[in-house]
Formats: sequence, C-alpha cells, structure tokens
Amino acid sequence: MIWDKAIEAMARDDLMKLQEKKLQHTLRRCQNTPYYRSMFKNNHIDPSSIRTAEDVHHIPPTSKEDLRKNFPLGFLATSRDEVVRIHSSSGTTGTPTVIYHSSEDIDAWSDLVARSLYMTGVRNTDVFQNMMSYGLFTGGLGMHYGAERIGSMVIPIGAGNTRRQIWFLRHFRSTVLHIIPSYALLLSTLIEADGLDPRKDLNIHIILLGAEPHSEETRRRVQDSFTAHAYNSYGLSEMNGPGVAFECLHQNGMHLWEDAYLMEIVKPETLEPCKPGELGELLLTTLDREATPLLRYRTKDLTYIMEEPCPCGRTHQRIARIQGRTDDMFIFRGVNIFPIQIEKVLMNVSEVGSNYRIILDRDDFKDTLRIEVEIIPELFFGDLLRLERLQERLRGELRSEILVTPEVVFVEPGRLPATEGKAVRVIDQRKL
Amino acid sequence: MAHQISVFAENKPGRIEKITRLLSEEKVNIRAITISSANGFGVIKILPDQPKKGYDILRSNNIPTYLQEVIAVIIPDIPGGLHQISFVLNKYNLNIEDAYGFVVESGKKAVLVLQVENQPQAQEILKHNGFQLLSDEEIYRF
Repeated sequence: MIWDKAIEAMARDDLMKLQEKKLQHTLRRCQNTPYYRSMFKNNHIDPSSIRTAEDVHHIPPTSKEDLRKNFPLGFLATSRDEVVRIHSSSGTTGTPTVIYHSSEDIDAWSDLVARSLYMTGVRNTDVFQNMMSYGLFTGGLGMHYGAERIGSMVIPIGAGNTRRQIWFLRHFRSTVLHIIPSYALLLSTLIEADGLDPRKDLNIHIILLGAEPHSEETRRRVQDSFTAHAYNSYGLSEMNGPGVAFECLHQNGMHLWEDAYLMEIVKPETLEPCKPGELGELLLTTLDREATPLLRYRTKDLTYIMEEPCPCGRTHQRIARIQGRTDDMFIFRGVNIFPIQIEKVLMNVSEVGSNYRIILDRDDFKDTLRIEVEIIPELFFGDLLRLERLQERLRGELRSEILVTPEVVFVEPGRLPATEGKAVRVIDQRKL
Repeated sequence: MAHQISVFAENKPGRIEKITRLLSEEKVNIRAITISSANGFGVIKILPDQPKKGYDILRSNNIPTYLQEVIAVIIPDIPGGLHQISFVLNKYNLNIEDAYGFVVESGKKAVLVLQVENQPQAQEILKHNGFQLLSDEEIYRF
C-alpha cells in the first residue's frame, strides 16, 4: 500500500539526516541565484555554516513579495536552458509569482504526487477525471503527471463546463475525481438536476479535494453526496503545487513529505517557533528543487503539526487541515475570525446551501457582520415561522463559534456568485 | 381540495415582480395573494387557478416553492359570516394557523382560505356542519 516504502516509512532519525544533507545541497544551489547571494551577503550569513534544521532560523524568510520584486530571474538557480517549464500563481494584483522547473524538478514533483495519490488508493486500474484548470495553475498539470505515473487513465478535462463533466463521468465511469470542494457540491446538485443519482448511477470512489481550504463538515458533505471517500490535500505553486502534503486512508491530517520539504510552524508576527500542536504559519524550504530553490517560504497558511505517529506506518509528520490564512482572517469588533469557522457551522445545517458570503460593513461607525446563505428549495415548506427559527438557531450557533452575533440573511438559490473557481467569501466594505 | 403555493422571497425590490412575471408569462391566474415578512425575507402565499403548473414554473426557476393543500370554503358575505366558521372550529378545539379570503359576489358570497392544524379532521367537521368546500377548479369558476 506504500508507493516508496524506503522513503515514506524511513526511521525519523534517518529522515532528519537525509533532510540535513539535502538542506546543505539546497543552500549551495541558492548561491547560484542573484537574490540569495545578495541576501546572504547583506545578512552576513555563511551558508556553509548552516547544517541542521535548527540552524535555518538564522536565515530571513522569503515572501511572495520577494518573488515579485525579483522577477524575472532573481530566484533562478540554473541556466535558462535547463528550464523546461514555468508555473505561476494566479496573481490578482501586480506581477504574478513565477516558478521555474528543470526536467529533474518535474520528475521529482510527479513522484511526490504519485506517492500521494497511491496513498489514497489510486491505482493503474482507475479512471482519473482531472477537473482542475490546466495551464499556469499547478493543480491540473501537477496531478495529471502524478496520476499518469501511477498508470491511471487520465481524463484531462480541466475545470468547469458541468454538462461535459457529467457526460464523461457517465460514459467513462470515472472512479477518481480531482476537484475544488465547492464545485464538488455544486456538481452533485447539477447531476441530480439531470435526473441522476450521484451515489448510485456513477462509479466515483475517490475524490481528491484541493485548491480551497475547507472544513471537515464540507468533506463529509462531499462524501455523502457521492458515497465516496474524499481526501484533503495541500500544495501551493511556490512549492511546486499539489503533492506537498496529503491525507492517507485514515483521513486525519496530511502527511507532509519531509524528504522534499523542511517545515517550520512559526508565530506569524514574530516568526518564533511554535510548540508542537500550536497553531502558526507554515514555512517551507524546498529540499529537492534544482531550478527555483526557496528558503523558509512564508505560505501564510495556518496549521499545526500532529506529532503522534500515524497508524498507516508513514513516518512523515502530519499537518492539520489548513485552519485559515494569515491574510483571510478578518477582525470584527476585536475578534479574529476565519471564514472556515463560519463554514463549519453552515455545513451542519441541511436547510441552507453550501454557498455563502460574509459581508463586513460600517453603519454609523458601528461594524456589522452579515452572513448570506442560500435557502435549499427542497427543504422549504412554505413556513415563515420555521425560517425564523432557523435564522435564530444559526445566529446562536455562529455566536458560540465566533463569539460575536452576526446578522443571518436568507437569499434565494443562485443569488450568490457561483463557485466554479476559488470562492471569494469575504467582502469587507468597511474601508469605504 | 384547493391548493396554494408558498414562495420564499428576499425582502428586496424586484423579487415579487419576478414571481408574478413568471406566472403571467405562462398564463397562470392569481385568485388571491398574501405576503408575510420577517427579518429580511418573506413568504408569499398564492392561490392560483393552476397550482401544480404554477409550482412547476417557479421550481424550475430554482425559486424555493411549496405546494400544499388548503381548505377553501364558501361563506356568506354578511356580518357574522366568518364567525360561523370560527365558531365551529373552536367548538372542536382546532387552531387556525393562517387565513385569508376574497369576496366573489359582494354582499352575498366570499371564499375563506384556511390553514388549520389537523387539516383532514377540519375538512370532515366543516362538511359535516354543512359548509361547501371548494376544489381548485371550483375556486376559479366564481
């Protein structure tokens, strides 16, 4: 059941030694890049003095902003001839961040993805419908290469176009989906609208959820809508893309591949290391990458390390599902709130849909928090009183989760923006 | 039996317009309508001539809609007309949950639409006491 047992189940001590060896190699590669060369010099750091995982604390972290400022070649550690592909994050403002890959990089990345997929039970007998965008976005191509390496039959259909997705699901009896969680929920309702039962009339066994942080409740809802196992995954374009960390069959935390990434969890404000189990920002150092090595990259994702060994036998430590971002957290009347907390509550209430929107506003110098949710037509019984009670119940449950009482607004289905891509959930109008 | 459709609507301009437009485009006539609103939303109750068709039109437009049986009963349009009904229901300890009505012949005939707890029992009692209950078609014949 393990793709690469020698690596995935390696004794912790040996894994640490392997990390240190690879770290030194990475630091040598970094000296080929204009950015790290001057950074070492300006901070009087001798890269050869950094030998252990503890020593990396002396290196200043690398941010997305650094990647942008040093576009196009500041982080390139190879000659341009050795680069076989670039990927880029979906930058909405200014220069996108670009990562260069050598053919060895693509090979190592594909292997990490294959390892991850194999861990969830994907095999060469599977039909893999890849519903993520192909192109600069890493989700599509990254998973494609991993699934091909396992030998599955890959349907490179890409994102969107629900009608066509359903056609392929039916005619090729796809067994594995790679999909954004909010789209998975939308898809199941659209399949039902076509008169099909996604639980019985299709052949889906494994659903790989990516590209959007989501709650345990969302996973359960996805699993129930298709009667399949859904697995959470973690990745970001700066760290290749998918395949950084993935859940095993136990669905309890994601194994982060420590032979390829050195992880740290730190306090976002001070960068002090967090204690084991303490929530903080994930920093990652690439250990395998030739063309674009990155040191202590700030992911802005908040998680914690789950220390206890996993029953699956893999020794690579698990991180908890992403609890939020250091930057999508919002502060309302002095309280730090993550959208995922609100989502958790909404997902437990069957009368409201999976789509929601959080609107922050300012009314006579008083901040207001409004949560818009869609009423599910099948669970509407023409009863005003029942809806009022539901509204009251939601307000109460939200208050106990986020410690402030929001306004809950019911809207008709389809009135909130559709979420075929990454959903924009929080609208902050307070600055206006 | 008579049927009404209940429709969820946001308390915002244009929401009722959409519902009445969809029904009028498909030539569904509205005999009576009532709106009750709460915190930011409302429920519109419509008594149409073709309840099933009206329901299908709104549901296929993804509007939360519920089709349900109601009691439509003829009462005389005179002082005390409504009291005849409430007197009987009260005698049998049946609670009225919602009611609205419309006059079909001024000074003579009105139709009262009722949602009562334990609807089948209420129907039996009203029939037994000599009231005339109307079907969807009969409501429209007036």
